[in-house]
Amino acid sequence: MSQMRRFMSFRDFDWMLLGLVGALCVVSVLEIYSATLHTKYVGFHTKQIYWIVGGLIAMFVLSRIDYHKLIDFVPWAYGFFLFALMAVLIPGIGHKALGARRWIKLGPILFQPSEWMKLVMILAVARYFANLGARNLTWKEIGKGFALVGVPMLLILKQPDLGTSLTYVPVLIIGMFLGGINLKQASILIAAGLVLIVGGWSSGKLLKPYQKARLTGFINPDNDPRGAGYQVLQAKIAVGAGGIWGKGAEKGTQTQGAFIPIPHADFIFAAYSEEHGFVGAVFVLLLYFLILMRLIQNAQTAADLPGSLIIMGIVAVLTFQIAVNVGMVIGFMPVTGIPLPLMSYGGSSVLFTFLALGVVMNIRMRRFVN
Amino acid sequence: MAFDKVTRGEKLSTLKLAVVQYAILALILALSAGLWRLQILGAQNFRMLAEQNRIRKVPILAPRGKLFDRENRPVVDNYPSVSCFLVREQNRNVDADLPMIARGLHLDLDQLKATLHHYRQAPGYQPIPIKEDVTADEQAFIEAHRNELPELETIEGERRLYPRDGYASHLIGYVGEVSEEDLNQTRYAAYEPGDVVGKGGVEEMYDQVLRGQDGSRDVIVDSHGREVGFLGIQHAVPGQDLKLTIDNDLQRAAELALGDRNGAVVAMDPRNGEILAMVSRPSFDPNLFAVKIDRGEWNKLITDPDHPLMNKAVQAQLAPGSTFKILMSVAGLQEGVAQNLHVNCAGGWGPYGYFHHCDEKHGAVDIHNAIPYSCDTFYYQLGDKLGIDRISKYATAFGYGQKTGIDLPGEQAGLMPSQRWLMKNYHRRWYPDETLDVSIGQGAVAATPLQLARIIGGIASEGHLVRPHVVAPDQLPAEFRKDLYENLPGSGDAQLPIDPDNWQTITDGMAQVTQPGLFHTAGSAHLEGIDLAGKTGTAQVMSHQALDKTSKGHNTRPNVWFVGVVPRRNPELVIAVLWEHGEFSYYPARLGARIVAAYVEKQRRLQNNLMPVKAPNPPPVEVGAVWTNPNPASGGRGEPATKIQAGKFYVGANGTVAAPPSGAGRSLVASKPGPAAPSAQKSSVQNGTKPSAASTATPQLKSTKPAQPGSESAKLSPQPALPGKPTQVKSQ
Repeated sequence: MSQMRRFMSFRDFDWMLLGLVGALCVVSVLEIYSATLHTKYVGFHTKQIYWIVGGLIAMFVLSRIDYHKLIDFVPWAYGFFLFALMAVLIPGIGHKALGARRWIKLGPILFQPSEWMKLVMILAVARYFANLGARNLTWKEIGKGFALVGVPMLLILKQPDLGTSLTYVPVLIIGMFLGGINLKQASILIAAGLVLIVGGWSSGKLLKPYQKARLTGFINPDNDPRGAGYQVLQAKIAVGAGGIWGKGAEKGTQTQGAFIPIPHADFIFAAYSEEHGFVGAVFVLLLYFLILMRLIQNAQTAADLPGSLIIMGIVAVLTFQIAVNVGMVIGFMPVTGIPLPLMSYGGSSVLFTFLALGVVMNIRMRRFVN
Repeated sequence: MAFDKVTRGEKLSTLKLAVVQYAILALILALSAGLWRLQILGAQNFRMLAEQNRIRKVPILAPRGKLFDRENRPVVDNYPSVSCFLVREQNRNVDADLPMIARGLHLDLDQLKATLHHYRQAPGYQPIPIKEDVTADEQAFIEAHRNELPELETIEGERRLYPRDGYASHLIGYVGEVSEEDLNQTRYAAYEPGDVVGKGGVEEMYDQVLRGQDGSRDVIVDSHGREVGFLGIQHAVPGQDLKLTIDNDLQRAAELALGDRNGAVVAMDPRNGEILAMVSRPSFDPNLFAVKIDRGEWNKLITDPDHPLMNKAVQAQLAPGSTFKILMSVAGLQEGVAQNLHVNCAGGWGPYGYFHHCDEKHGAVDIHNAIPYSCDTFYYQLGDKLGIDRISKYATAFGYGQKTGIDLPGEQAGLMPSQRWLMKNYHRRWYPDETLDVSIGQGAVAATPLQLARIIGGIASEGHLVRPHVVAPDQLPAEFRKDLYENLPGSGDAQLPIDPDNWQTITDGMAQVTQPGLFHTAGSAHLEGIDLAGKTGTAQVMSHQALDKTSKGHNTRPNVWFVGVVPRRNPELVIAVLWEHGEFSYYPARLGARIVAAYVEKQRRLQNNLMPVKAPNPPPVEVGAVWTNPNPASGGRGEPATKIQAGKFYVGANGTVAAPPSGAGRSLVASKPGPAAPSAQKSSVQNGTKPSAASTATPQLKSTKPAQPGSESAKLSPQPALPGKPTQVKSQ
């Protein structure tokens, strides 16, 4: 133990990663300030600062706990949150807001099990595939992996919360990819997945009509400019109107005129792109790229297989969120309500990202422990 | 589970991690490419869209259907008008502009704020109506401040133009914004707040047909509120025009005949139920509602004790008085009781201890002269012989106590008492003495003018009763017509055959009413060469005892009725005239006679293809006069009690007095001008009034308005002035 502690110090913290994350947070706070200036959300940027500070503290705390202990503990956490996800669907316990039952009310705090399950899921998938030794997988093992991720996903889909439940998919994919799936198995799964998607879409039971409308609205937003396509169209107009250099902070007409829906949360990238143009948007994408590359490097240098798998799970979730959110803003993807990590306003999103970073730091700090 | 299987130090394949890295790189590049496409290639286009993208729905208001009279002459028209709306989406800081807007549009700032507060939940792009019927200078204000006040919008629409002076106002109704309470009712389910709906009269009853369907234009406007393009248009469907059954000529005659007396007139064709004229007094000006009624005006209308908004023709439920004797005669003759009833009228009858008065001592009365005499004694005895149940049976069958089913809102049913009714509502038995009151149309009996017109018209048509209506049904959409008539409870059309002999007796009796003769109640309503038959009615509003105790004011005078038909059998016109507190029943009879004369004159003119007779309108005659005025300064100081004055004034063809163009009254006695004319003095002095009234008509009177303008009254003139005492007429 004493030897371990000697090797572990904050010098081993990934200060570079932290710097990149910090830069993104600054951009986020400034844009939230600008986007909410003339709305009823004015002042949310200070709230965001509190969340970031809270996230940093949580990150440092989590980095102190050996991730092996976390892995040992994860089956209990998985069981607990699975139970919570079931409880949230019970009308008396689950708190309903905006048409979805996603929260459990604990005194003044709204507790959203699906957000916490995201982190637990990353750990659980890493543990599962690490235990299998990252060798060739049998169909049975793949099946178990599907069950591990699929059961909570279905529960979340029931809330309904399409965005969060889809976030679990990349965790499974990266787990299987790194856990040793072969090409033949992968092809079969992709084919089966396609059939399932088409079937699920046409059966009409899995998705609510408004979810379907949101999913298809992006393809042809001009068909229904006042309805489901409205958000997509307005976001695209905002991004495009930004041009190369942007209209300048607080000067985007789409943002300031409230044409962009929720310009400080899900659509913050549209607001940012309008006010800071192509240059600003690519700068942010570059920051994301550097963060992700830095994370993968950490995965490479991790002391053991579970550590690597955990970081890659985090990479998968972050990449997925960036792709879906930015894709949505520029009209490549449907509106799914997935926030842009480290940019969008929102406590749970910020907290999740910093906790995930805490785990990364944790693994990095123990990379020489053997 | 433990980590037994896991070999510490085992690493992920670098190749696989590289694959992930490249995948992420590809993703970032793809997203950058997407940004390039929008922000570099599409920048110009999107910048334009951002400028233009405010999509707005501009409503196109459907013009409301017009109303025409039976000869397709317009009654209610529309006129173009501009309304101003406020669109909050156009300006983030609307509140700061409100004082300026209020000043420019002449609005009350607090009221404007309240309007905006009312719509605070509505989406920002929804236009909020803030001012209707914008004037030219207000429109100029909006145009001049397009840049400072981009939130102001104007919409052109059509607005209701009603006839002036409350002409047929109760029959037509008015339009106004749909109220919150209305919106909760099922029949207004399809309406939205701010929609204009018909209220009262034909406007309300036929709102669905008249209103049409509003359209809309989806337009794109730039940030200054200028239209730069549009997405689509949904055309408005205009409302359907409706042809009323009223005849403008007759309506006008009825309006003029009733003048400003409180009451109502109904003129109907008893062959088919078409209402030819309907007047209720006092009336209101529907144009006040057509824009937005002033709160003060509204309060004045609803607190007026004379109920100007009430359509008394279908809503006033009053004792029918002696007009009820027609129904009594039918019942008595059909039951075989009246034929052999011979009564010696000695001024009343009281078999049950209480003496019931008759107005005169008619002497020997039978069914033939009972109607023209309107002899109460005869009908007391007839009613006593028939009994309340038989009276009630006939009255109910003919429509007393039942709605007629006219296509106007708020019709009242009146009341026909019976033994059962009394037991049910007052839990006591019927006293035979009460039958006597009912027999002369007093007691609990109550009827509307329309009911009386239908009943008397039906009796004169040998028992062929009709459902009255003001809109010809054949022009209505089939489904609407079905719904409308199903939802109108009423006695409707009915056949109640009357024995021809009885029919003849009754109609002859009614014809005698308007013939000059001793005891005949409406001899002064006689029209030479016109077969006008009818019946007067006087309904006391207070008992004789109560009347003796109170000072005899206006409101204690009896309500008076006249119902008449032309000609006496199978009439083509029936009229009912109600004059509230009119005192003498020959007054409404004369009003009715004027309307009938107008009708007959028009029919003759049409038959003979004659031009309408122009009213002879000789210039007023200048009259010089000397008169005396009481001298206020007199009183023991040697001054005369009266002052002599001299002057001149003009006397018109029908006796109106007008002041000379320049001040003329010169006092012969050097003193101040005489005292102002007494307030009781009307602006017009007519023939037949007392000479003293003429003498006080000083030249200071300003009004030059003729009392009864128009060809109808001119044709009938010179007519005796109504408030004057006629010579040969006995009461009732």
